[in-house]
Amino acid sequence: MILEQLIDIFLLVFLAIISIAVLRIRDLFTAVMLFGIYSLTSASLFMVLDAADVGFTEAAVGAGISTILMLATISMTGREEKPLKKKGAMLPLAIVVITGATLVYGIMDLPPFGEPDNPVHTHVAPRYIEQSPQEIDVPNFVTAVLASYRGYDTLGEVVVIFTAGVGVMLLIGRRRKRKEGISNE
Amino acid sequence: MILAAAAIAILVTMLLAIVRALLGPSIFDRMLAVNMFGTKTVMLISLIAALAGRADYLDIALVYAMINFIAMIAVMKYFEYGTLGHDGETTEE
Repeated sequence: MILEQLIDIFLLVFLAIISIAVLRIRDLFTAVMLFGIYSLTSASLFMVLDAADVGFTEAAVGAGISTILMLATISMTGREEKPLKKKGAMLPLAIVVITGATLVYGIMDLPPFGEPDNPVHTHVAPRYIEQSPQEIDVPNFVTAVLASYRGYDTLGEVVVIFTAGVGVMLLIGRRRKRKEGISNE
Repeated sequence: MILAAAAIAILVTMLLAIVRALLGPSIFDRMLAVNMFGTKTVMLISLIAALAGRADYLDIALVYAMINFIAMIAVMKYFEYGTLGHDGETTEE
């Protein structure tokens, strides 16, 4: 238990260091590399929190696809960030501080982490465990919840991902066609 | 006890990799630092698997290693050719 807390502390300190460095660095390639490290760190944090699927998505999307997309963007634009005009830094700072304070206030009356009598363990979970083999006839509880009890939710997620895929294909496909037209002329 | 020693060693190595990514004078230092950090993440996840007693985390560690590899290939291709769409055959240009 102490060891897990030690790992947590180390990883959170890494996140803080990397975030500040990304903010201060002007070379965009370095920023992309640091973002890759950031994603790997938060993926490790998710793994410590026992959320293997979230950590896996974070590593695949954050460290894998995002890095490649950012590099593709840099190869089309440029590597140096334009120097920022310093004005009006107080308002964003105030907004961030207020939002953070609100979030901290919001988590204060959350039930303690991992307690067996938390609502998440007493509300619907027993019904899923006891009834889902008869009601849904799927041996895996998680599959039963995702595919049947929360079927509309999953359908919405699929629609969102499909829309995003169509959007990306429209953007990339159109660009390639235009390039071919130029080379044919 | 041995797990604690391993965890501390891996975390310190991760910290050193971050320092190298921040300081690293050349691009290749930073690339190496990210690659190393990914490897350390794989090791940390294996360690968490041993800590939590869940052998299925090892599969995830393997997939992490592969993602890390693919991302590194993309980064190096970008540096070799300056673009990601290069087919790798016409290097003379």
